[in-house]
Amino acid sequence: MSGRLETTFEGLRKNRQKALIAYLMAGDPGLAETEQLVLALEQAGADIIELGVPFSDPIADGPVIQQAAERALRSGTSLRKILASVTSLRQRTNIPIILMLYYNSIHAMGCEEFCQAAKAAGVDGLIVPDMPPDEARPLKVPADAAGLALIFLLAPTSTPSRRKLVAEESHGFVYYVSLTGITGAKINNVGDIQHNIERLRKVSAAPVAVGFGVATPEDAAQVSKMADGVIVGSAIVKRIASHQQDPAMIGYVAEFVRSLKSAMAVG
Amino acid sequence: MPMLPDSHGRFGSYGGRYVPETLMPALLELEEEYAKAKKDRRFQTDLAYYLKQYVGRPTSLYRADRLTKKFGGAKIYLKREDLCHTGAHKINNAIGQVLLAMRMKKRRIIAETGAGQHGVATATAAAMFGLQCEVYMGTEDMQRQALNVFRMRLLGATVTGVDAGSRTLKDAISEAMRDWTTNVQTTHYVLGSVLGAHPYPMMIRDFQAIIGRETRKQILSAEKRLPDYLVACVGGGSNSIGLFHAFLRDPKVKMVGVEAGGLGVESGKHAARFSGGKPGVLQGTMTYLLQDENGQINLTHSVSAGLDYAAVGPEHSLYHDQGRIDYTSATDAEALAAFDLLAREEGIVPALESAHAIAHVVKLAPTLKKSQLIIANLSGRGDKDVQQVARMRGVSL
Repeated sequence: MSGRLETTFEGLRKNRQKALIAYLMAGDPGLAETEQLVLALEQAGADIIELGVPFSDPIADGPVIQQAAERALRSGTSLRKILASVTSLRQRTNIPIILMLYYNSIHAMGCEEFCQAAKAAGVDGLIVPDMPPDEARPLKVPADAAGLALIFLLAPTSTPSRRKLVAEESHGFVYYVSLTGITGAKINNVGDIQHNIERLRKVSAAPVAVGFGVATPEDAAQVSKMADGVIVGSAIVKRIASHQQDPAMIGYVAEFVRSLKSAMAVG
Repeated sequence: MPMLPDSHGRFGSYGGRYVPETLMPALLELEEEYAKAKKDRRFQTDLAYYLKQYVGRPTSLYRADRLTKKFGGAKIYLKREDLCHTGAHKINNAIGQVLLAMRMKKRRIIAETGAGQHGVATATAAAMFGLQCEVYMGTEDMQRQALNVFRMRLLGATVTGVDAGSRTLKDAISEAMRDWTTNVQTTHYVLGSVLGAHPYPMMIRDFQAIIGRETRKQILSAEKRLPDYLVACVGGGSNSIGLFHAFLRDPKVKMVGVEAGGLGVESGKHAARFSGGKPGVLQGTMTYLLQDENGQINLTHSVSAGLDYAAVGPEHSLYHDQGRIDYTSATDAEALAAFDLLAREEGIVPALESAHAIAHVVKLAPTLKKSQLIIANLSGRGDKDVQQVARMRGVSL
């Protein structure tokens, strides 16, 4: 298990707090801004940063993240440049950083080389939305060797046997997808989330973070009552999108993150 | 030869199931239901009935005498999938999958389409069984294939334009996968080619394998022997694997898959995955892809919307590596010339996709002896392409 992720969840638990996991599309609008955003969001209360690696064909993402990926690719972002950014960030922050990337980005570099490079850069964990545990072996071996936490997704449609599989294979935390759908959709059934998290807790001691569809401080407040972490992506990316040319963008996004964190439950 | 794919949906190192967890239970359910249906006499009887009485199978194996004479080489036969109801082989799979959806009690059907043939086939099957149907189509393809868009709407389907990425087949598949992820409990996704996550490449191959089974019987009856060459175009690769599958164990039967050469492989504007691609993962499966050094998927080009796609079915990737099937390409110009040729010599207007197969026959036939046999799969008819070809020639209809 990764040091920084584990320490963060443990520290929060001691203070009876929940983790706010903030998603950014790396390279939107540019990697320099992404680095500034990481630092500003940490100041604003984000506990973990999830960096999206732009991919041309993101099947798990809704329009907000898709368009952010298109902007990031147009600004010349690549996986190697993102790793260089993480290296540079590591001189300034100790916040856990997770990459969310589609498997082809890893495959193109090679699983082994990628894991070593990510670890060397200071990445703590990986979320690969199009790679269920069933297909993970080629990545799992080098990720384990490098000490990168491989985080799997659990869905509302997951059967008991799949819940067990995901719980067993997931390191760092389990990412519970709050809805059947793509990123940025609307949460429709909070009772369902609660029920599924309770069932997951019976087979897993790992922290559970909930993502997909958490858009407002009210959503964050509600979800944080059930889970150990709240993941907010599209709602942050949307604010970056609408303030691309605005020098006040970073402060504006940080303010939103502050409002999410302060709404989250304590205890 | 072992049974392919293996229990993990692998054809050698290709295939698999690279999808979000939300879809995994649906894929496992589909695999299980398909395995049951395959053994269920009732399902097979229903499928056979619709293929015969509704689709019009068996399709004929036609001896193209004028084409044969023109090249003075091998004797050329055409497997007439263009005579299927709706005008292409796509209906074989659409009927099979819609029957499966009914077994799974899913009343909503979604599909992606490139040239529109799979969309039309799915809309047709959905209409016949009274199911709700939504078809995703890139806006670029909607323009190229306006006639098929109108046909799908006539059949009661909703056609939803996809205005992302290259606005072609690839983007339509991504959007259909997103819809399926959202509505998986009520919806079956009728994928149109031997692509995507397991069990799709296997199941769609099985539904299309009737093409080769019929062909085998027909050629044995007509010529008392097996053909020397089979030729078919390869987009995702369903008509080709459908024709080839029944002959894979016959080492003397050579097989050629023809990809879209676009403006020429050297121009970079093509969809020839085996000339310009390397293995990777796209839309659920590990296979040959056109991609850059960072794994971003390249834009493709072909005059034919049905071949304009960055990936190829995973089973083809295995046969490519094994050398069992040869893959080559035909350019836009060669396909258009073959389109004209077949119309004038044989009175058959082929789909632009199928014209790629004919374009290879044009190159291959003169190099063979008169005693040799070529069978080309005429996977679809060209009615849908007439408007586009007219427009390219400056003729307004």
